[in-house]
Amino acid sequence: MNHLFEYVLRMGDDSLILGHRVSEWCGHGPILEEDIALTNIALDLVGQATSLLNYAGEVEGKGRNGDALAFLRYDRDYRNALLTEQPNGDFGDTILRQFFFDVFRRGLFERLTNSADKTIAAIAEKSLKETKYHVKHSSEWVIRLGDGTEESHTRIQRSLDNLYRFTGELFFMDETDRVLIEQGIAVDLEDIRKEWTAYVAEVLSEATLEIPSDGFQQAGGRKGYHSEHLGYLLAEMQYMQRAYPGMTW
Amino acid sequence: MGSGGSDGTCRKTRSQKCLKENKYKDHNFIADNMSREWPLWEVFIRSKQGLNHKHVGSLRAADAEMAVENARDVYTRRSEGISIWVVESKNVYASDPTESDSLFEPADSKVYRHPTFYDVPDGISHM
Repeated sequence: MNHLFEYVLRMGDDSLILGHRVSEWCGHGPILEEDIALTNIALDLVGQATSLLNYAGEVEGKGRNGDALAFLRYDRDYRNALLTEQPNGDFGDTILRQFFFDVFRRGLFERLTNSADKTIAAIAEKSLKETKYHVKHSSEWVIRLGDGTEESHTRIQRSLDNLYRFTGELFFMDETDRVLIEQGIAVDLEDIRKEWTAYVAEVLSEATLEIPSDGFQQAGGRKGYHSEHLGYLLAEMQYMQRAYPGMTW
Repeated sequence: MGSGGSDGTCRKTRSQKCLKENKYKDHNFIADNMSREWPLWEVFIRSKQGLNHKHVGSLRAADAEMAVENARDVYTRRSEGISIWVVESKNVYASDPTESDSLFEPADSKVYRHPTFYDVPDGISHM
């Protein structure tokens, strides 16, 4: 197995799938200003996906570029975490999904700026600036909704109950990570988990929200086992390239 | 909001941000105001070259922090600025259009107030 390819693909697919999800809000945001904010975030993520997937294609060395990886794979070939493919739901669902992901990504990119792989380090450095803003945006909204009105509180607590089970997978590690950590390319996600847990607890407490106590977690995305939602997402995202192969505009 | 939620703005009285910055006071506005609109804010941006902040437009936001973020997203996405000011529109006190006669017309007949009635000596540039 090409560990570096696998590693970059995981990050690229996270950005791609979540970027596509968030882009579904374009034109549907709760207010004009937030519609633009969400679209900006989606564009940041798709931009990251472009850099990461192009690099993954280069590492793989089989002539596939970022577009080929994004649009011409089957669902089982995608390595994104299940969290990123979950449906947008209401605005609170989207914000909470984003919050969990942003905090994880901030920790990841902060450490990857020191990666022995220069391309990964450069992508991490550029993406970190964007991600810091995403964290600020989503954290403040979590507090606003959680500590807002009775209705906003009830609804985002429900989002939390639904989505928390997908957070553990963000810290999934296997042989790929271990090999690359050894080479100074990848980083230990356990370190990030500690930081993530502390920050998330702080924000959720300020938002007067409670983490579900059942401890249930669901995983599979990193190995290509996805929820039913991914297929629909891919059908829409890939339609143009499948219907009109090689089309550009 | 010092009482921490007696007006129904914050669910939890201990909420640090809520007490400290009085930032979520407008939740009340969202819930109670018949228009159900967030307050309007005027946005001022300082460009890379410019010294002063210039008015660029307005937007809606529930609090000042959200207004700055919205301004960042709406008005600086093409690198238009390096600094943002927001002012809640209700705090802008404007001149009365019906008083333009007395306010502005008197100046029209006083062209001598423009610095155009003297010769600039040779060698003085940038005038």
